Amino acid sequence: MAEVLVYVDHVDGAVRKPTLELLTLARRVGEPVAVALGAGAEATAAVLAEHGAVKVLTADAPEFAEYLVVPKVDALQAAYEAVSPAAVLVPSSAEGKEIAARLAVRIGSGIITDAVDLEAGDEGPVATQSAFAASFTTKSRVSKGTPVITVKPNSAPVEAAPAAGAVEALAVTFGALATGTKVVSRTPRESTGRPELTEAAIVVSGGRGVNGAENFGIIEALADSLGAAVGASRAAVDAGWYPHTNQVGQTGKSVSPQLYIASGISGAIQHRAGMQTSKTIVAINKDAEAPIFDLVDYGVVGDLFAVVPQLTEEIQARKG
Amino acid sequence: MSLRIVVCVKYVPDATGDRHFADDLTVDRDDVDGLLSELDEYAVEQALQIAEDADDAEITVLTVGPEDAKDALRKALSMGADKAIHVEDDDLHGTDVMGTSLVLAKAIEKAGYDLVITGMASTDGTMGVLPAILAERLGVPQVTLLSEVKVEDGTVTGRRDGDSASEQLEASLPALVSVTDQSGEARYPSFKGIMAAKKKPVESWDLEELEIEADEVGLEGSWTAVDSAAQRPARTAGTIVKDEGEGGKQLAEFLAGQKFI
Ligand SMILES: Cc1cc2nc3c(=O)[nH]c(=O)nc-3n(C[C@H](O)[C@H](O)[C@H](O)COP(=O)(O)OP(=O)(O)OC[C@H]3O[C@@H](n4cnc5c(N)ncnc54)[C@H](O)[C@@H]3O)c2cc1C
Ligand SMILES: Nc1ncnc2c1ncn2[C@@H]1O[C@H](COP(=O)(O)O)[C@@H](O)[C@H]1O
Repeated sequence: MAEVLVYVDHVDGAVRKPTLELLTLARRVGEPVAVALGAGAEATAAVLAEHGAVKVLTADAPEFAEYLVVPKVDALQAAYEAVSPAAVLVPSSAEGKEIAARLAVRIGSGIITDAVDLEAGDEGPVATQSAFAASFTTKSRVSKGTPVITVKPNSAPVEAAPAAGAVEALAVTFGALATGTKVVSRTPRESTGRPELTEAAIVVSGGRGVNGAENFGIIEALADSLGAAVGASRAAVDAGWYPHTNQVGQTGKSVSPQLYIASGISGAIQHRAGMQTSKTIVAINKDAEAPIFDLVDYGVVGDLFAVVPQLTEEIQARKG
Repeated sequence: MSLRIVVCVKYVPDATGDRHFADDLTVDRDDVDGLLSELDEYAVEQALQIAEDADDAEITVLTVGPEDAKDALRKALSMGADKAIHVEDDDLHGTDVMGTSLVLAKAIEKAGYDLVITGMASTDGTMGVLPAILAERLGVPQVTLLSEVKVEDGTVTGRRDGDSASEQLEASLPALVSVTDQSGEARYPSFKGIMAAKKKPVESWDLEELEIEADEVGLEGSWTAVDSAAQRPARTAGTIVKDEGEGGKQLAEFLAGQKFI
């Protein structure tokens, strides 16, 4: 069976969930061969093997952390040349998309970004994508070269599928462009202890209606009662009430959780672009005409300062 | 020596309009009003600020697109860019990101540059990969997704706020920069700016001038194929209740029924 390269997103050896979802999709089109780079690369092998990786190609070098994107492209290209895969799958993070795109142009292949599903087809893998703020669903293929496809988080279930996962060292030589953009310093984001926004099963978001950074506590309390991630509309982010990393929408994160709860958010097209594919949508808004109500499975027309705390309290009571 | 800045801007269908696909599954550009992509206004703004800080700089705005794409160039000129290049050719219809990046790279090289600035993503295709591809094609450092950018003594520095960390980046010119919507509000064109823009030069180039063959671009030269596009079924109307004091409890009941609690 043809091999499929899967680019591994990990933090010091801890594999992030979207990579395991990629392995599920990769198994539909071939045998997954994982590529893990940087510090902790070898430590990823065990969990990748459990989820279907037949091989794990690893490389570590200071360049991966000290320079932006290109060293990783050089390494992925080395893996591509070593394996001659039927497809290359990469998680749709900001960096993942850039790595995939540069690889694609180098190897003369077409690229599909932000796929939400993938199936085998007669002419190669067929990717499902959402277009125009998720109002359309398209199916497309790469028609030239080896398909390079980036896949959004929450696009497939994580499935156990034990495989060999043999670790092999990948030989990488860096090209002249690899050291072009220096990472002078890096400030890690402080962990909130809440789930990652793009990976969370439940997302609780607040918008302009929350009316102040100090009031986001009630959104966080609701999120914590459900074990959810916290999101924000751009209006709330621009007002400085919540960090931009939590922004949901066209210029923030795109989320597709089982449940999305929007409080004090009107539902502008750019916000919908980032949450419209959520399975169940709930909104609390005092304006019965707010466009967000066109999307909801359940909506409460009311003041979020009354409804949200009551909801949180009720959830806590039910959970005992 | 003058700092030559090229800003890539895209003319896109209005996101608040009823966007859809044409019969050949390309983006329908006829039925919805177009405009300069809002995300590219941030690129123009940063170019203007960099030019203001430099002793001597010249900003060229560049677009690849249909006849109407001139509107996007005019807007950028009225914000304060110095001149514009419009690459237009009938054979460009249906070009994908690989083709567009090829055309942009050739045009940028022909125009001459020290710094290329792009937006973070287009508001219609929303791939956000063109900047990286363009840097690869031009063979210059990629300094992308910046929420802060500065150019001094032939060096570009900036801050990239990623998922897990915020990074301070540095590269030598020539380089390619993309900026996010966190980089700072774009200015509105002044009346004076709008009047001045009418006299600024707009050059038109076609594929022949860029020595690109018709089959390298367009639907034919596309490296991807869209097989189908279907409108998502409208979400079925949900239950909407008015809070009469029990709204939170009713919502909890719904969530429990759906097994979320
Ligand atoms: C290029 C571009 C990109 C963009 N990208 C994004 C993006 O990524 N994400 C994003 O979110 N937006 C984005 N936007 C902005 C978007 O157009 C909207 O402006 C934004 O989403 C509005 O945020 P909001 O719903 O919080 O605020 P508003 O539209 O002001 O809505 C606030 C809502 O809160 C309700 N409300 C007020 N008080 C209460 C209360 N006490 N109780 C209950 N309800 C209350 C009001 O009825 C109202 O419906 C983008 C815009 C552009 C042009
Ligand atoms: N046709 C085009 N003409 C000029 N610039 C473009 C064009 N398409 C994309 N760009 C630039 O590339 C950026 C990213 O686009 P994309 O990768 O298509 O989301 C945009 O913000 C623009 O700066």
